[in-house]
Amino acid sequence: MSTFFNVTIEDTGEVYRCRSDETLLCGMERLCKRGIPVGCRGGGCGVCKIQILSGEYQKRVMSREYVSVEEEAASIVLACRVRPLSDISLSVIGKMKKNVCATTDKVREGAG
Amino acid sequence: MATTGVMRPGHIQLRVLDLDESVEFYKNVLGLVETGRDAAGRVYFKAWDERDHNSVVLRQADRAGMDLIGFKVKDKATLEKLDKDLQAYGVSTERIPAGELLETGERVRFTIPTGHVLELYADKTDVGNGQPYTNPDPWIPASEHGIGPHRFDHCLLYGPNLEDTLKLFTEVLGFHLVERVLMEDGKSLLAMFISCSHKAHDLAFVCHPEPGKLHHLSFLLGTWEQVLRAADIMSMNRVSIDIGPTRHGITRGTTIYAFDPSGNRFETFAGGYETYPDHAPITWTFDQVGPAIFYHDRKLNERFLSVVT
Ligand code: FES
Ligand SMILES: [Fe+2]
Repeated sequence: MSTFFNVTIEDTGEVYRCRSDETLLCGMERLCKRGIPVGCRGGGCGVCKIQILSGEYQKRVMSREYVSVEEEAASIVLACRVRPLSDISLSVIGKMKKNVCATTDKVREGAG
Repeated sequence: MATTGVMRPGHIQLRVLDLDESVEFYKNVLGLVETGRDAAGRVYFKAWDERDHNSVVLRQADRAGMDLIGFKVKDKATLEKLDKDLQAYGVSTERIPAGELLETGERVRFTIPTGHVLELYADKTDVGNGQPYTNPDPWIPASEHGIGPHRFDHCLLYGPNLEDTLKLFTEVLGFHLVERVLMEDGKSLLAMFISCSHKAHDLAFVCHPEPGKLHHLSFLLGTWEQVLRAADIMSMNRVSIDIGPTRHGITRGTTIYAFDPSGNRFETFAGGYETYPDHAPITWTFDQVGPAIFYHDRKLNERFLSVVT
């Protein structure tokens, strides 16, 4: 029997029940809820970045490119690498940004 | 076309977050054959039908993504010539000694304008595909283990400066442009698909502001039926699927995009057409980018342009 915990996405007020043996991101997706952007689900792409505001959780290794040591210490994590150990309240940091180059010239400026 | 000069993508070194978990995935879910481990802790694989010692090399790191991609060239003389040609073109190159990668000869390493590290090499030990070179059978038990692709086929890379990159590949490295997607201005490249062989693409790029990003590495399957079987195996193993099974308009391949345990996107695909250097490139306009990438959905999913490692 798995345990369930309530997860609250503070930005939208969305609440969903997440199993203790699934990640916060999987739990959200499984119930067709929205709020945290869904990318690779493997801790590599950074789009599911969140801050845990309250609650206990268990985490797995995640890409340093998107979560620094300082951030991790401040409970900033990737939702696809975190499982709940209690009810959780979180806010969303990650964005699904469309990174299309507008034109080649702009890209060159951007790349500096 | 006789394949001369640069022949094919031969190896890719990937960064993974948890080596043991990744080895289990690449060996038993994707179904590659483990061929070695080195002193640096890297783990080497090949697809069952590949003859050279390795094509996928995993390195544990604190972030996901691709370290480098290596292309095999015809012979040592070709390697020396291409190194000279690159330098004459203004690209600085570096020599990586033989043996730095297991069973692999000296490599010529350089960075392309999209920020990716590319290598050329002439030698990698032929360990065979599990069959003799005389009177072989058509397949072996390893070809049915996991998804069991025939080979590492190509990559799609994200980065800036596509026009300069295309010039380098066509003018120095002997590639030809097979298909391209134009931006809204009708001129600049949003994406390009290039080949150094008969394959519809050996390498592809999408224009992206951050340099050196990996969109996917791709593995070849024999049939659409095997693509469906791959989807079943992914679901059985709770693999994170991005999209598919579906078809690409570009290259016509039937495909699945999914993610490895570190979030590196990979593709298992079948089909597509053959290309020759005299074929006029195919062009897709910006308003048709949806069906160009995902022919059935006719629109990009939101992950296509934004989720990379
Ligand atoms: S979805 Fe890619 S890091 Fe979580
Ligand atoms: Fe592909």
